[in-house]
Amino acid sequence: MLAFQILIDGFAISALYALGATGFTLIFGVSGVLNLSHGAIMVAAAVAAWAAASVLHVNTYFGALIGVAVALVAAFATYFAVVRPMQNSRLIPNEEKEIFVLTGTLLWGIMIQELIAYFFTNNAKTVLPIVEGVVDVLGVRTPRNEIFTAVVCCFVIGLLWLLVNRTRTGKAVLAASMNPRGVTLLGLELTRIYVVVWAIYGVLAGIAGVLLGMFLGVSSYSVGPLTASAFSIVVLGGLGSVSGSLIAAFVVGYLETLTAYLVSPAYRTIPALLLLVIVMYIRPQGLLGRR
Amino acid sequence: MIRTFRLPFRTLQGFLGATALGLLATASSGAFSGAALAADPIKIGVIAEAQAIAGASIPQAAQLAADEINAKGGVDGRKIEIVSYDNHSSSADSVRAFQRAVNEDKVNAVISSYISEVVLALEPWASRLKTPFVTPGAASNEISKSVHADYEKNKYTFHGYLTSAALAMSVCDAAKDLLVDQKHMKTAVIMSEDAAWTKPLDVGYEECLPKIGLKVLDHIRFSPDTTDFTPIFNKIEGSKPDVIITGISHVGVQPTVQWKNQQVPIAMFGISSQATNETFGKDTNEAAEGVLYQGVSGPNVAVTPKSVPFAEAFRKKYGNYPSYAGYTSYDEVYYIADAVKRAGSTDADKLVDALEKTDWEGTIGRVQFYGKDDPFTHSIKYGKGLITGLMLQWQDGKQVSVWPKEVAKSELKFPSFVKVTN
Repeated sequence: MLAFQILIDGFAISALYALGATGFTLIFGVSGVLNLSHGAIMVAAAVAAWAAASVLHVNTYFGALIGVAVALVAAFATYFAVVRPMQNSRLIPNEEKEIFVLTGTLLWGIMIQELIAYFFTNNAKTVLPIVEGVVDVLGVRTPRNEIFTAVVCCFVIGLLWLLVNRTRTGKAVLAASMNPRGVTLLGLELTRIYVVVWAIYGVLAGIAGVLLGMFLGVSSYSVGPLTASAFSIVVLGGLGSVSGSLIAAFVVGYLETLTAYLVSPAYRTIPALLLLVIVMYIRPQGLLGRR
Repeated sequence: MIRTFRLPFRTLQGFLGATALGLLATASSGAFSGAALAADPIKIGVIAEAQAIAGASIPQAAQLAADEINAKGGVDGRKIEIVSYDNHSSSADSVRAFQRAVNEDKVNAVISSYISEVVLALEPWASRLKTPFVTPGAASNEISKSVHADYEKNKYTFHGYLTSAALAMSVCDAAKDLLVDQKHMKTAVIMSEDAAWTKPLDVGYEECLPKIGLKVLDHIRFSPDTTDFTPIFNKIEGSKPDVIITGISHVGVQPTVQWKNQQVPIAMFGISSQATNETFGKDTNEAAEGVLYQGVSGPNVAVTPKSVPFAEAFRKKYGNYPSYAGYTSYDEVYYIADAVKRAGSTDADKLVDALEKTDWEGTIGRVQFYGKDDPFTHSIKYGKGLITGLMLQWQDGKQVSVWPKEVAKSELKFPSFVKVTN
């Protein structure tokens, strides 16, 4: 009974972590940007979906779409207003650009966080679930929404896989992640690829944010922890490796759930962080890291 | 033509402006001479969690009280001026705000925070800067215990809300009538967040619940930054209690929504600070339905003749009913003003003396403070005829009082997934 419970709860949270981390790692893999405003973009999506449904009274599906759209806009804003100007700047020496982008996105995230707190308070908001009620799965009373979350996450990750491996655009993205110079030599414009990647990222972060808002609820306080969890999952999996992130997301998700059930909910995040430290010692490139 | 018209107009404006400035300068220099000094405003600093559901009502309610007092001519002709600071729920920000309030903005008293950690951080500053300080919402026993332990030093701090010990008593008193006598419940699990205010609360619960006939099966404390409550509810369900006794303030929306989404079949009853604000219904998408929470006052509950008019005036001005800390903050401005009037001065020590003699019928009951020899010095007195607290329940999207009998508007009602013994 307890085993099934852990299996089911762990799967939903892991799938959500996986979706959240995929976009994050994709951006790093392709353009070398560690986007520290990741958590803020997810929270913005969730809060927008909440506000659309609870304040403007639009229907739940449409509210969720608004949430994703907000994340998309926020992702583009991050790229065009923060990342690109720094990457193109002549005032910043090339070797310092990475740290500038890192700091820039961090501050950008804090700005979004403060704006959310200012307009919507720092209390948690929960997005109205698209499917309500509970079903009995292997003797465990499971909210339908939890199953919905897991299914959507797996479906979106599957779509992403198809996009990257089966479409022309996807292949260009993949090529850019392997050898940016080679891609430009083939006549593809790198900037266009970056825009596509940020668009994919925006949609992924938006869906993950809205689902998180339905499943657990978010507040402006969630910004830091969400960025941190995506960051540690991605580092654990190997920076830039999408499949590494997926594996790491499930490792972290199940480790947290096991801890919460078998030890105490208060220590939930600790073992995953310890694991991260150990991996850093013995395999600094992460589980499936390339560099 | 327009040009020629505008030019002299602007010159005229400039001339008038300069004259006004001149007049103002004369007036303000005049303010330092004896007679006008009495008209200096009484400044009250309000340092609160303006971005939090429970804290947002604190500066709003204080301003409302000040406006009302000023509309009636102030205190002996002196207006009340509220100076607000947002502390972002941080102790460090609060300490900086307190220093600024006293040293630069020259406030005469401070009302601050519903978070015990913040209040405990400010208490030594109230002593150092010798400024009367009242909290509208923190509960930790330590606040007033410190006043008792070192009275001369800490006498500037007043605890304008019930201590955790009194809160536990209030919850147990209500649970005896509602759960044990009415619903024949026998067992409970305590679920509380790990924070300064819940330590004494849990001690109180552990002590009083068995006395009223509720056996405590388990006691779960969780980190205030918990987001996934699934394992917690599953664990609680595993011990099959009749009721969950809550001690939550930093969290509220998330456990409540997950309680509903997972259809946890056990009622929640106890302290849930966020549930005291009317916006909680919308924040939880109405998942709050059936949640029972302790309050000192509530919408449509005539605890005293002042309660309902205040709640309505607050709603008219700010669009929602106040959180529990709104009621206390409103009362505090009034009894600070009353103390200034009785003391005839804003001198800190005289004000402390006057505050100690407070006997004020506010929106939450009759406010008096425990004295120097009581263990909870400067905390508001709990008991019949003073302040007993209420139990309210979210019913059909509204906060409805269900206890005590004198002010109850409805019987207990639970959503269909909650199984209640009878």
